[in-house]
Amino acid sequence: MKISFLDFEQSIAELEAKIEELRAVHDSSPLDITKELNQLQQKSINLTKETYNNLTAWQISQVARHPQRPYTLDYIQALFTDFEELHGDRAFADDPAIVGGLARFEGKPVMVIGHQKGRDVKERQFRNFGMPRPEGYRKALRLYRMAEKFGLPIITLIDTPGAYPGIGAEERGQSEAIARNLYVMAELKTPIIGVIVGEGGSGGALALGVVDQLLMLQYATYSVISPEGCASILWKSQDQASTAAETLGITATRLKAAGLVDRIVNEPMGGAHRAPDEMMDSLRKALADELSKLEAKPIKALLEQRYDRLMSYGKFKDAALK
Amino acid sequence: MSWLKKILPPKIKRVIGPSKKNVPEGLWSKCPKCDSVLYRTDLEANAEVCPKCEYHNRISARERLDFLLDEKGRKEIGADVQPVDPLKFKDTKKYADRIKASQKEVGETDALIVMKGSIKNVPVVAASFEFKFMGGSMGSVVGERFVRGVQEAIKTKSAFICISASGGARMQEGLFSLMQMAKTSAALTKLSEAGLPYISVLTDPTMGGVSASFAMLGDIIVAEPQALIGFAGPRVIEQTVRETLPDGFQRAEFLVDHGAVDIIIDRRQMRDKLSVLIAGLMKLPVAA
Repeated sequence: MKISFLDFEQSIAELEAKIEELRAVHDSSPLDITKELNQLQQKSINLTKETYNNLTAWQISQVARHPQRPYTLDYIQALFTDFEELHGDRAFADDPAIVGGLARFEGKPVMVIGHQKGRDVKERQFRNFGMPRPEGYRKALRLYRMAEKFGLPIITLIDTPGAYPGIGAEERGQSEAIARNLYVMAELKTPIIGVIVGEGGSGGALALGVVDQLLMLQYATYSVISPEGCASILWKSQDQASTAAETLGITATRLKAAGLVDRIVNEPMGGAHRAPDEMMDSLRKALADELSKLEAKPIKALLEQRYDRLMSYGKFKDAALK
Repeated sequence: MSWLKKILPPKIKRVIGPSKKNVPEGLWSKCPKCDSVLYRTDLEANAEVCPKCEYHNRISARERLDFLLDEKGRKEIGADVQPVDPLKFKDTKKYADRIKASQKEVGETDALIVMKGSIKNVPVVAASFEFKFMGGSMGSVVGERFVRGVQEAIKTKSAFICISASGGARMQEGLFSLMQMAKTSAALTKLSEAGLPYISVLTDPTMGGVSASFAMLGDIIVAEPQALIGFAGPRVIEQTVRETLPDGFQRAEFLVDHGAVDIIIDRRQMRDKLSVLIAGLMKLPVAA
C-alpha cells in the first residue's frame, strides 16, 4: 500500500518521491546508485524521526485520524482468533459503527468490542464514519452483559469522532444509551481493558471506556470535544483548532501525566499505519500483560478498585481540608 | 443591589442569593414566549411560570431548592469543594478568570448546589444546577458535589434528586470534565444497591455530557414542560443532517412521546408530585 502523507509530512513525502524515482532509474539502468539511494533513505528515516519526535497535539490528531491507520477490525484480525461477530441490539437494529463478538486472545475466550470506521467512501458511509447510534451502544451493552454472565474478560477498542448527532439518534435516546453503558460498566463483574487506538471522541468514546485498565496508542487522542469544535465555540474560529488541541491536553503523554490513562503503547516510527505488524506486536504484548494482571485479581477487589478510581477523577480544592 | 447586600460579607451574600439579573428592574416584566406584560410579584408568586402561557422561566439553583424543600432542616453539602484550573486553560480568556467572573456575577462558587433536607418530611438530598454559572457546565466540582450528595443520601437513607440545567461538560477542564460523566454515573450504582430512589428532573436545557450520564439514569425521569433535552445541540444536528428540525424536536413533550421521560410536571406542582412519587418508592405514608 502506498503511504499517504499528512500536510506536515510534506518534506518526507518529497524525499520519498525522489527515492521512488531513483529506484526506478536504478532498476532500469546499469549505473550503480545504491549508495545514493541508501543515503537518501537514511535521510528520510532521520527526517521522519525528527518530525515525530516533535509532533504538536494538532499533528497528533491528524495521525490519529490518518485514513490508513489500522481500525478495530484490523486489530481483531491480527490479535485475535476465532472471532465471530455478533450483531444487533435485539430491539431496533444493528449498528455497523460498533462491532463486537466472541474471540480468542492468546487462546483464551474474550469479548471484544470496538468502534469501526470505514476505509473507502462506500464503507465510510456504511460505518457512519465510526459514529455510533443508540443501537450501537445497546449492542455493546448486550455484549457486556453476556461477557459478565459467562465470566469472559472484555477488551474494547476505541476509535470514534463521537456519537452520531442525528434526528433518529435523538429519537431513540442517544443520551440514555451512553449513560446506561457508563452505569453498567462501572459495576460489571468481569475485567475490562480499553485501548484508545485512534480518536477518543467524547461521550461516544467513553461509552466503551469505563474500564479497569486504559491503554492508549502513542499517537491516539482522547478529548471531551474535538479541537475544531472547541475552537469554534471558544475562539469562534476553526482556525484555532491547533491551539485548542494543545490547550485541551488530548495526547497520550498529557493524559498519562494527568493519571487518566494507565499505559501508553508506543507506535512504530511514523505512526501505526507505517508498520502495522510492528504495531500489532506491541499491542499484543501490552494486552497480554495487562490481562493476566487483571485476571489474577479477585473480582470483588477489582470492582472496588474500579470504583475508587472512578471516584478519584477530577481536580478541585477542598476548603474544609485546609 | 441594595446597600445592605453591598456591605455583607460574601458568605452571607451567598445564603441570601444573587439578585435576579435576568429580570428588568421594576414592577413589570415581559414573558419571552407570549410577550404578555406581567406584574413581577404575580410571576414570583407563580414560581416564575407565566400565568398566561405557562412558559417556565429559567430560575436559579437556590430558587429551585427553595420551591422544593421544606424550610426546616436544610443543610448544604459539598460547598467546600471549589474549582481549580487543572490545565491552565486559556482561550480568549483564562479559565481562572472565567471562574472568578462567574462567581462574582452569579454569587455561587460553581454550577451545582447540593442540599440535604426533606420534602413534606420525606428525607431527600437534592442537587440543583445553576445554569448561569458557565452554562451549568459540569467540571470536577459539579462531579464531586454530586457524588457527595449521593453519599449523603446513602448515609441518611434519603432519596436523591437532581435538577439538571446544563449545556454539558465543561471543556475548560478537558478530559477531567468528561470523566465526571463516568464518576457521577458510577456513584448512582451505590445508591441503587442501597435501594434508595433517584429522581432526575430535567429542566431547560439539559444537554450533552449531563444528559448522557446521570440525567438519563433516574429511576423516575421527570421533565418541566417545553424543556430542551438532548445529546447533541439542535444546531449541530442541523449542520450534520442538513435538514430543518421538526417542530418541538428535543422538547420535553417529544421525549415523552419517544419513551425517554416518565412524566412532565409543571413547576408549580413539582413539590407535591415529587413527594408523592418518592414516598411511594420508599413506602412512606403520603404527606398531607
